[in-house]
Amino acid sequence: MKARITVTLKNGVLDPQGKAIEGALGSLGFEGVEGVRQGKYFEVDLAETDAAKARAALDEICAKLLANTVIENYAIELADAKSGK
Amino acid sequence: MKSAVIVFPGSNRERDMLYALETITGVKPVAVWHTEHELPDVDLVVLPGGFSYGDYLRTGAIAARANIMAAVAKKAADGVRVLGVCNGFQILCESGLLPGVLMRNAHLRFVCRNVDLEVANADSDFTKKYAKGQIWPCPVAHGDGNYFADAETVKRLEGEGRVSLRYANGTNPNGSVNDIAGILNAKGNVMGLMPHPENMIEPLNGGTAGRGLFESVLEAVA
Repeated sequence: MKARITVTLKNGVLDPQGKAIEGALGSLGFEGVEGVRQGKYFEVDLAETDAAKARAALDEICAKLLANTVIENYAIELADAKSGK
Repeated sequence: MKSAVIVFPGSNRERDMLYALETITGVKPVAVWHTEHELPDVDLVVLPGGFSYGDYLRTGAIAARANIMAAVAKKAADGVRVLGVCNGFQILCESGLLPGVLMRNAHLRFVCRNVDLEVANADSDFTKKYAKGQIWPCPVAHGDGNYFADAETVKRLEGEGRVSLRYANGTNPNGSVNDIAGILNAKGNVMGLMPHPENMIEPLNGGTAGRGLFESVLEAVA
């Protein structure tokens, strides 16, 4: 089973990289860009075929390593779930 | 005083730290590779500076999950002094031994220069050889030293005297909240700081003020 995980900075946490990207977009002439927040994206392949079990495992994977929950939130999306749910 | 320095792939200040510890304590420290599961009987465990795992994922994130870190956490729980410098501070935060996190420098640039450090708490095992309010010069060299924690955590750190060192005279090089340069855990036996006191121990370094930190631990464990 494949999972897509996005890790994003929590609201209120300063994102200087996002700010720099926002500035560069302005330099390129893109108007109306009101904000950029940079995050991370992971694709994880799991042997698990049960969606609920996979989600539980991924939750632990995110909390223990992929995200630092002091400053980051994470979202898990399961792809090609066998059950078709 | 017996000490151990943990070495991770990508550590690069371990030799400076080993040299400083041997010079100041008079006892040759032990270097311990990160894959080990146990630590020798020591009075101080040091996580040195560097770029463990190339800063992949987040600074210190992968190193914080290395085999040896369970043993470091055990030592910390047993009251053994644990010091993290630069990448070592990042690893301590990532491992949960210290609260908060070191984020990318606010101005996005790597900084390598001397800063002024103010001793905010001169009662700790790591700062007792200094006077409260004493200001001393110390080098920093990092790209991710911007200390951040939620407002409640920062308030608790301040209230409990757990901010041990602060950047002074407008030399905050990274945007750290409240100019925080170094913090302590609740028990006071674990400290992390971004600056490099091990690189300020001889006249050749431009000063010897960094010795006080190691001499403090030396006195604390005596």
